Amino acid sequence: MIAFNKYYNHFNLLSSALIVVSLLLLIFKGLNFGIDFKGGTLIELRASDSKINVSSLRDRFNQMDLGDVSVKKFGNDTDFLVKFENKDNKKNIIEEIKVNLDKSFGNNYDFRRVENVGPKVSAELLKSGVIAISLSLALMLIYIWIRFEWQFSLGAILALFHDVIVTLGVFSLFSLEINLSIIAAVLTIVGYSMNDTVVIFDRVRENLRKYSDIKIFELTNISINETLSRTIITSATTLLALLAIYFFGGEILKGFSLAMILGVVFGTYSSIYIANTVLVRLRVSQKTVLREDDQNKLN
Amino acid sequence: MLYFSKLRILFITLFSVLFILIASSNLFKFDDNFFDKKINLGLDLQGGSYLLLEIDNEPVIEQKLQNLTTTIRNYFKEKNIKINNIKIENQNIFFNVIENDKQSVLDVFQDENSDLNPYYPRFKSHQLEIEDTGLNFKVNFSRQGLIKLKTSSQDQAIEIVRRRVDEVGTNEPNILKRGNNRILVELPGLDDPMRIKSLLGKTANLTFRFVTNDENDRFGVEKLKFENGLEEATVSKRIIISGENLLDAQPKMDTQANQTIVSFTLDRVGAKRFGKATSTGIGKQLAIVLDGKIISAPVVRDTIASGSGQISGGFTFQTATDLALLLRSGALPAPLEIIEERTVGPDLGQDSINAGMIALAIGFMLVIIFMFVKYKIFGLITNVTLIVNLFILLGVLTLFEATLTLPGIAGIILTVGMAVDANVLIFERIKEELKDETNNILAFDGGYTKSRTAILDANITTLLAAIILFFMGSGPVKGFAVTLGVGIFTTLFSVYFIARLFTSIYVSRNKNKEKLI
Repeated sequence: MIAFNKYYNHFNLLSSALIVVSLLLLIFKGLNFGIDFKGGTLIELRASDSKINVSSLRDRFNQMDLGDVSVKKFGNDTDFLVKFENKDNKKNIIEEIKVNLDKSFGNNYDFRRVENVGPKVSAELLKSGVIAISLSLALMLIYIWIRFEWQFSLGAILALFHDVIVTLGVFSLFSLEINLSIIAAVLTIVGYSMNDTVVIFDRVRENLRKYSDIKIFELTNISINETLSRTIITSATTLLALLAIYFFGGEILKGFSLAMILGVVFGTYSSIYIANTVLVRLRVSQKTVLREDDQNKLN
Repeated sequence: MLYFSKLRILFITLFSVLFILIASSNLFKFDDNFFDKKINLGLDLQGGSYLLLEIDNEPVIEQKLQNLTTTIRNYFKEKNIKINNIKIENQNIFFNVIENDKQSVLDVFQDENSDLNPYYPRFKSHQLEIEDTGLNFKVNFSRQGLIKLKTSSQDQAIEIVRRRVDEVGTNEPNILKRGNNRILVELPGLDDPMRIKSLLGKTANLTFRFVTNDENDRFGVEKLKFENGLEEATVSKRIIISGENLLDAQPKMDTQANQTIVSFTLDRVGAKRFGKATSTGIGKQLAIVLDGKIISAPVVRDTIASGSGQISGGFTFQTATDLALLLRSGALPAPLEIIEERTVGPDLGQDSINAGMIALAIGFMLVIIFMFVKYKIFGLITNVTLIVNLFILLGVLTLFEATLTLPGIAGIILTVGMAVDANVLIFERIKEELKDETNNILAFDGGYTKSRTAILDANITTLLAAIILFFMGSGPVKGFAVTLGVGIFTTLFSVYFIARLFTSIYVSRNKNKEKLI
């Protein structure tokens, strides 16, 4: 048996620090919003001429007066991702750019993907993304509240909060782009982390009924150990699937799978070191679950 | 938990085989009459264009209010009430009447049978709201009135958009309403939406009006620019004929002048008016105005009574074709703005499919190898279940003709990774049970029963997340929610029916074996 409970305090400190750092990052550095949430235009371009590279593209685009232009390689040497604000929301901007690029590069390039999001739509998308994440957290809270006692609910929600904040913190730290698929990833993380927490909580509750003389500090450790091989196997298979997406699923899914990988790692960690420690700190005992059983009988 | 009746086994087998067949219909072509459902590929996979258009209703509201001022004036004239100082400001009509008439004006506006101010009994609201500000009356559209106006201009606009898109002839366009002032246009297979975008961006409001030098024209005048943006002309506001009078418009080659023109045919009313105007206006310039710009202003040389004519204006064949198309499909009630555009080229779509499939195959292999190494015979059971699960998932998606997107493929891969969870929970539980239970069958039974709440809770939480994503997400992300959500149900089915069936067969044959798992 591994003594997870020996490090409860250490890891609580670490997690608190992680949350504080992440929040500071989110407040002061902010997130690198993609065009979905900031508005603007994105062009994925494939070149068939080695003359076309990041610097020559940047030169061309900067001459076009499009506001802030970013040009990056995308996946391999011939693919590029160009993003700009399109502040005035010019109508025929894509056509103009094509005419302009034709002059320098002829026919040696191809637009593989074009996305243009107006300021109104991006504001709406951001709003609905925030609502979606808040709503899912609220729903999880309510669900666990119905299935368990409030102490469990609080533990689970703190763990979820930790996973979401720290994942976003990592995205802020490395200036990784936040787009619609990242919101999908965060919601899936919420589901996964909850899933993981619930399995351990289910065992804690069962053990609380079984043993009246074991303190919650010991009891959580027993429960974590009993469910440990399941935790490891499920996390491992999920990570294997995600790594396959990350390495082979193409550039478009990179951000999504990275967010999910982070989420699975943090989610597994937080189920052990946040969700359970909340139970310990709130001094959950056999009484807590017996009261619940009594209520169920009455109903 | 381990007993299966023959009937049940039959049912499970039939069900699985059925869905495997349905899923494989995406690969092999069955007889269309027999089964023709298929998983749709999202725009991000098959390539295509997604355009979100917003209707700018401001001009419509302005126009309606403008018309209303005349209507109000005439309506009360018949009742011998004089309307004074009527004007429009910030989408409100202001006017005043003498003190004695005030009540009768209010009565007319608040009468539920009023034909001036329609009443919507369903919403308990009039079209217009009137307010006596003391000095004068303030009339504006009520909330319901505005909604009615917006939905009716949306209805008209979507019709015109459909006609224009159909005329261009893309395959299976998808044109849908969004809210009460937006239209979503999905154009699969279209990698350059330039032409459609420019067609949808034009209101196509066509009018024929005389060029005049008389600043005091009875109908008012306005200065309009020519298409080339250089010259200007003063044009009367009197409309001779408008786009509504057109029956047909076609691009033609004028062999005499060697230029492309658009020839048009007018309806009866239009032909009559056009004939009259051209007979009285010989020698004058007739301006052909499209969306506030003069295309050309030819001099009238003859009376045109035939009801057909032509527009020239230095067109190329392409621009003439587009103008004819716009004129045929009619004018939009209000300008449209493209507020969101996402276009994926077909080769990127194919690359995404390939990448997704490779990731799926590799993810699947990794999970299968991992499970076999970890659980041996039970790993094998899990793996067979996993494969059947994948087919059932694809079968369900086919049955509902769901749209598969790139994130949707990611959802399937993720389902593969998480689907083993339920089996792992059960197997781990059985291992624990076997520690103090010597009877294999009882241990297996216990394993299944005791892990049930955890499995249920775990899956419901993921399902909740998927449901929220489905309702809040858009486009590709929705595809992810669908596969994730459906995946949960197929996983539960395959774990509790298929995997359990295999397990039960294996365990009952090895009742007395030690170290079973």
